[in-house]
Amino acid sequence: MSGLGRVVRAGAARRRVQTVIIGLATFMAVTSAVLGGSLLVASTGPFDDSFTSQHGAHLSVLLDGTKTAGTPNLAGVTETSGPFPVVVQAPHIDPGGSLPPLTIVGRPQPGTGIDRVSVVEGRWPSGPGEIALAEGAPLGAVMTFPALPGKPSLTVVGRARSTSQTAAAWVLPAAIPALTTPGTTPNTQILYRFGAPTSSTLDEAAAAITATTPPGTLLGSQSWLVLKAAADRNTALFVPFLVAFGLLGLVMAVLSIGGVVAGAAGAATGRIGVLKAIGYTPAQVVRGFLGQALIPAAIGTALGTAAGHAIAIPLLQSTSEVYETAPVAITSWVDVIVAAGALVLVTLTATVAALRAGRLRTVDALSAGRTTSRDRGRTAAVLAARVPLPRPVTLGLGQPFARPGRMAAMLATVVFGTAAVALAVGLGASISVIEKARLHDSAAIAVGPSGPRRQGPSPADGPPLDQVTQAVTAQAGTGAWYGIAEVPSTVAGVPGVVEALGFTADASWAGYEMTAGRWFREPGEGIVPTPLLTASGTKVGGTMTLTINGRSVPIRVVGEVFSTRHDGMQVFTSLGTLLPAQPDLRPSEYRIDLAAGADREAYSAALTTALKPLGLEARPNQAGSSEVLLALNALTGLLTAMLVAIAALGVLNMAVLQTHERVRDLGIHKALGMTPRQAVTVVLSSVLLIGLAGGALGTPAGVALHGVMMPAMGDQAGITLPVAVLDVYEPWLLALLIPGGLAIAILGALLPAGWAARLRTATALRTE
Amino acid sequence: MSIIEFRGVSRRYDENDAGPPALDDVTLAIEPGEAVAVLGPSGSGKSTLLNLVAGLDRPDSGTVTVAGVDLGGLNEAASARYRRAHIGMIFQFFHLLDDLTVAENVVLPALLAGQQRAEARRRCAALLETLGIDRHAAAYPSKLSGGQRQRVAIARALMNKPAVLLADEPTGALDSASGEDVGKLLTELNAEGQTLVLVTHDESLAARCATRTIRLADGRVQAEAAR
Repeated sequence: MSGLGRVVRAGAARRRVQTVIIGLATFMAVTSAVLGGSLLVASTGPFDDSFTSQHGAHLSVLLDGTKTAGTPNLAGVTETSGPFPVVVQAPHIDPGGSLPPLTIVGRPQPGTGIDRVSVVEGRWPSGPGEIALAEGAPLGAVMTFPALPGKPSLTVVGRARSTSQTAAAWVLPAAIPALTTPGTTPNTQILYRFGAPTSSTLDEAAAAITATTPPGTLLGSQSWLVLKAAADRNTALFVPFLVAFGLLGLVMAVLSIGGVVAGAAGAATGRIGVLKAIGYTPAQVVRGFLGQALIPAAIGTALGTAAGHAIAIPLLQSTSEVYETAPVAITSWVDVIVAAGALVLVTLTATVAALRAGRLRTVDALSAGRTTSRDRGRTAAVLAARVPLPRPVTLGLGQPFARPGRMAAMLATVVFGTAAVALAVGLGASISVIEKARLHDSAAIAVGPSGPRRQGPSPADGPPLDQVTQAVTAQAGTGAWYGIAEVPSTVAGVPGVVEALGFTADASWAGYEMTAGRWFREPGEGIVPTPLLTASGTKVGGTMTLTINGRSVPIRVVGEVFSTRHDGMQVFTSLGTLLPAQPDLRPSEYRIDLAAGADREAYSAALTTALKPLGLEARPNQAGSSEVLLALNALTGLLTAMLVAIAALGVLNMAVLQTHERVRDLGIHKALGMTPRQAVTVVLSSVLLIGLAGGALGTPAGVALHGVMMPAMGDQAGITLPVAVLDVYEPWLLALLIPGGLAIAILGALLPAGWAARLRTATALRTE
Repeated sequence: MSIIEFRGVSRRYDENDAGPPALDDVTLAIEPGEAVAVLGPSGSGKSTLLNLVAGLDRPDSGTVTVAGVDLGGLNEAASARYRRAHIGMIFQFFHLLDDLTVAENVVLPALLAGQQRAEARRRCAALLETLGIDRHAAAYPSKLSGGQRQRVAIARALMNKPAVLLADEPTGALDSASGEDVGKLLTELNAEGQTLVLVTHDESLAARCATRTIRLADGRVQAEAAR
């Protein structure tokens, strides 16, 4: 083995702590960068990526099964799949009750042709008694179809997702006959891909089907452009959130590696002096240190890539839940770029640092290895000594000032870490508020038509309001409650239908967030989401005229409400506002809050009994609990933990270097009677000021960044965010975040503090 | 009653029991007020003996008792408290903290022991004056000569009024004039009743300072002689 090789190996082996830290820093940084990179990739056009990976359908058409036997030929089509048999049935699941009617498609396998459905959990059905669902029931659940002869049952064996949204459930084609209502024929689904799938091409294609098939054959068609627009709107709020986390991960990775390797080179200056003293050239010195840094870095990179994969798989699954797309695999080029980037970063940092050390005069390098410049930090040490605190504390307080550069780096790490945590916590809290406000359905009990469950308000076909009122108010445990009636309307200058929602009572308590103005109080007043205000050119305080059944309904807009449902094309008002235009309008849905101590299940059961004659059913309301929110919370937790760990690792590295440099002093102190606990105090005190300053600077920085990012996120989605979304930093949260810098610093310093406590005095004294 | 007592003390650094022990079944006693010089070639066990007295190391077998304290049963924290209370140490290379002034170095053991600052400062000032370095109280060690630094180290060692003053080659890093000066100081301290254990290669220093010499070779006591 060459002299250089021996030096490299010995250096890596003898400086075990340093070697482990370089390996660990690279490991954490690469893990974080793989996660961050994967998030960035997953967040760059999530619908497009998912659509491409599933070879999605540009146009899916539903044809009447009794009127067509083949696949209509269309101009510009490059590929077709189908026909697939389609039935719509409402299953019952136990436990869980009725599910909404499901569009069930018979497909032999998921992954061929157009619309290669992703099986995200479980497997594809392999027999006629099995079904795969998009959502709604856990694996292993048994669904029965009580309306069909023989009440057939199917076992849920998989959870699948189609970006083209061609079905809610899939079975083998052989299972379709048993799921077909007697006397009917299953409809037919055909999927198309086009060479130029533009809006006009797809419209022309649908028109061509209508023109070339018997009347009434085309039951419906779905354009990928409509799905894409809806998906992009849905994800617009979340993309910047995940991109921010991805970028934070990458920046922390770069800071971490740079700081650790540069610090290691600084600490090795004395050794570099020895190498020069015995005849090593500057180039050999650089190669030697480079090798010393690259060995652990390469190991850390390999392990970090593996760990990044292990964590990214569930993370990307959560991301796909948020984006409602097919799970995206980790792109291999993310691995390659991250691994290469980490090693290049190590190489560059190590080379620059070693060149700097290599250029030192040998005698200076030798002395640099033994002592820091004692002139530096003296004033701080003197001032610290005057502080009326125990001497171990004041000794530690003064230490960082001896190395201003390192102190600045440590402070930057803590500031960045604290800012990242503050931002992450704020983003998480904001997204949580957004999701709750988006659902605005926090009532404990939902009442709707009995039979298949329906989401949200449905067309006005409910029972008389006075009978419902009598039943609900007579029920013990009833708190605040309201009914919702829905009627389609139009607004001049706004294309498409505007949902007019009439409330029987104040519903402001149910999770609605106002972005301006107030909740409506009397007939004639209403509140409107930002998109409709923008589209109609109306402002809060102005009047918007709805047209319902050909009658004009003027509404004075008294507030702007946060809502993304129906693309924000909604008007919320009192039922009394809408009755003149449609006198028979009745709520079909009700929401009830419970009085304190009332049991949701028992209340639901009792109320259902009372409402059954009216054709209504009460259920504990599940709409307020969002899978997206759970996924986002999981993401926030995981990524925040990663950022804290990386920041603490940066502090650990610098605290180790500091403690190593002070080993002789530590030995002297111990020889003079310093106890292990006092040694721990010295090391922890040495990061005390940095932790406090880092928290004090980092927290406002994170809060400020949040204040800039959140409105930008809202702007991107075309939505004004409510104050509650921006104003998430409660005093108690800030009180937790500001000491967070100290927590990061202490966390990083714990290991060297323990080492200092265990250090053998005799060994330390020999360190000269 | 002896202030330092070794009974059948052995210490071996090689865990595989290969090679000679650093100390091999050493039994000795030092009385209060004695000045004992431990002599011997490199590797004879002098530093090991000193470390055992200071509570920096523990014997593999046998007992070490100093000022009535059995050091074998002390954990790290108790050892530290023992050193504060009973031991003052002087090193060949002074081991002063370069970023503290002379006065701050000297008061350090007292502050670690929880003594009041004002009281520690008074004691420090008196010691510096006694040792003739009071005008350097605000200076940093790097500005002092070797002899002056060793005086600072001695002042620091005496700060907590130790029962035993341990000196490890106290003149080894000094020129001959400074060495003589330090030797004289140690003799004066002993004359005032301070128990002194001096580890040195320097026969003349031992002759000047010690009332008794213990010669070690291969970890064993080869000879003991009163002056």
